[in-house]
Amino acid sequence: MTMEEHIIDIEHLTKKFGDNVIISDLSLSVSQGEVVVLIGPSGCGKSTLLRCINGLEPVQGGSVKLHGEPVEHGKSSLYNIRQKIGMVFQSYDLFPHMTVMKNVTLAPLKVQGRNKDEVTGQAMELLGRVGLADKADAYPSELSGGQKQRVAIVRSLIMNPDIMLLDEITAALDPEMVHEVLNVVLDLAKGGTTMMIVTHEMAFAEAVADRVIFLDGGVIVEEDAPEVFFHSPKTERAQRFLKTFTYSK
Amino acid sequence: MQGIEVLFMGNNMLRLWGGLWVTLRLSLISIGLSLFIGLFVGAFMLVKNPIVKAICRVYIEIVRIMPQLVWLFIIFFGITKLTGIDLDGETAAVIMLTIWGASEVGDLVRAAFSSIPSHQFESGLSLGLSRVQLYVYIIFPQAVRGLVPDVINLSTRMIKTTALVSLIGVTEVLKVGKQIIDANRFEYPNAALWVYAAIFLMYFIICFPLSLLSRKLTKKRGE
Ligand SMILES: Nc1ncnc2c1ncn2[C@@H]1O[C@H](COP(=O)(O)OP(=O)(O)OP(=O)(O)O)[C@@H](O)[C@H]1O
Ligand SMILES: [Mg+2]
Repeated sequence: MTMEEHIIDIEHLTKKFGDNVIISDLSLSVSQGEVVVLIGPSGCGKSTLLRCINGLEPVQGGSVKLHGEPVEHGKSSLYNIRQKIGMVFQSYDLFPHMTVMKNVTLAPLKVQGRNKDEVTGQAMELLGRVGLADKADAYPSELSGGQKQRVAIVRSLIMNPDIMLLDEITAALDPEMVHEVLNVVLDLAKGGTTMMIVTHEMAFAEAVADRVIFLDGGVIVEEDAPEVFFHSPKTERAQRFLKTFTYSK
Repeated sequence: MQGIEVLFMGNNMLRLWGGLWVTLRLSLISIGLSLFIGLFVGAFMLVKNPIVKAICRVYIEIVRIMPQLVWLFIIFFGITKLTGIDLDGETAAVIMLTIWGASEVGDLVRAAFSSIPSHQFESGLSLGLSRVQLYVYIIFPQAVRGLVPDVINLSTRMIKTTALVSLIGVTEVLKVGKQIIDANRFEYPNAALWVYAAIFLMYFIICFPLSLLSRKLTKKRGE
């Protein structure tokens, strides 16, 4: 695999809710090992874009491909494709009736049909990596928000996905827990995990991104290296957006 | 004080327990049928078709606004009049309790499923689970967890409601009690107090553990 191999190819994607055009003729590719950060005002369609990539939403035009294979909402091929796309949402979405270990091992055991010892071993290793080895037998209700999100990341990682989609995974967290979760994501980026990340944490975005995409009004307004985007954005809309994150007396 | 003797005279105690068994048997049968039918009612309420949904809603509301006693009389006397079929009291009782119970279970099932957040479905799907796996491993276990305490609560209400069927001649525990009181009206005028106290205790022995269990399960769910 070369650095240039595309994992995701989005071509002329259009997504509407009723007559509301949310994403309009959007094209975008993500290469192996690349970390793409999506930024944009609330309601501009960042979550919707990630949901389309995972086939959770029907689209009205264009296509999303994973390794050249079309991701199509409602098709049975979707079940195979989704195994290769890890997704973590903003809300704590662990399965509340299962222990951490069960949450993490359910899909590899039932979906991928892998060997239990092997899966348990990998689960322990990954939980250790995010500092939660001692929580394997805890239930989600016994965890803090930050711990839950780290488990959710592990639950996706254990599928050995080709790409991880992270949708504002720290937005619902207390400030002091944001760090522990974002550090895990930074580690993944260092380890070469391909990711698309939606976040409102600008410092984190700058640190983690290989490429920043600024979305507004359903289209890509600006696309830059992080140094460029955060320090000398080209478009007026991006400049205005970034201003909302700085304070001056 | 001598009223208490009535309880231990002859086989009175045995008769009371026998009556309680009738109460329990009718309740158990009705709960079983209610669960079975109620699952379908609940499933129908979750379908997208607005007509099916409306029919279920109307059924549940009608059952809810009419006193159960009225239903009992409609079924026991009405059906006999209209069709000439001679329903025995126990059958009429089970029909009434089931019509009522199924509507309650239906609403509980609907609530249990619709209270599961959409993110539970989406996280399951995004892990690659098939629809069947999603329901088997994630949705049903959570719905059942929500349902069990409510169904236990409903069971205790059903056991208590069964007392109504003494009015159509079914000899459940309350009716047995009345018979005992009537038979001893002259020798033991205060027997009623003791007999009803005994019946109270019997209901308590059955319903209190159920109520505790339900409370414990509810607490566990909210942890
Ligand atoms: N299921 C839906 N039905 C109708 N409209 C929807 C639906 N989901 C999202 N929308 C609309 O689509 C637009 C984009 O929503 P989306 O959640 O993708 O925004 P976002 O960029 O993720 O915003 P935020 O930063 O607030 O999370 C919004 O205007 C929203 O109201
Ligand atoms: Mg969003």
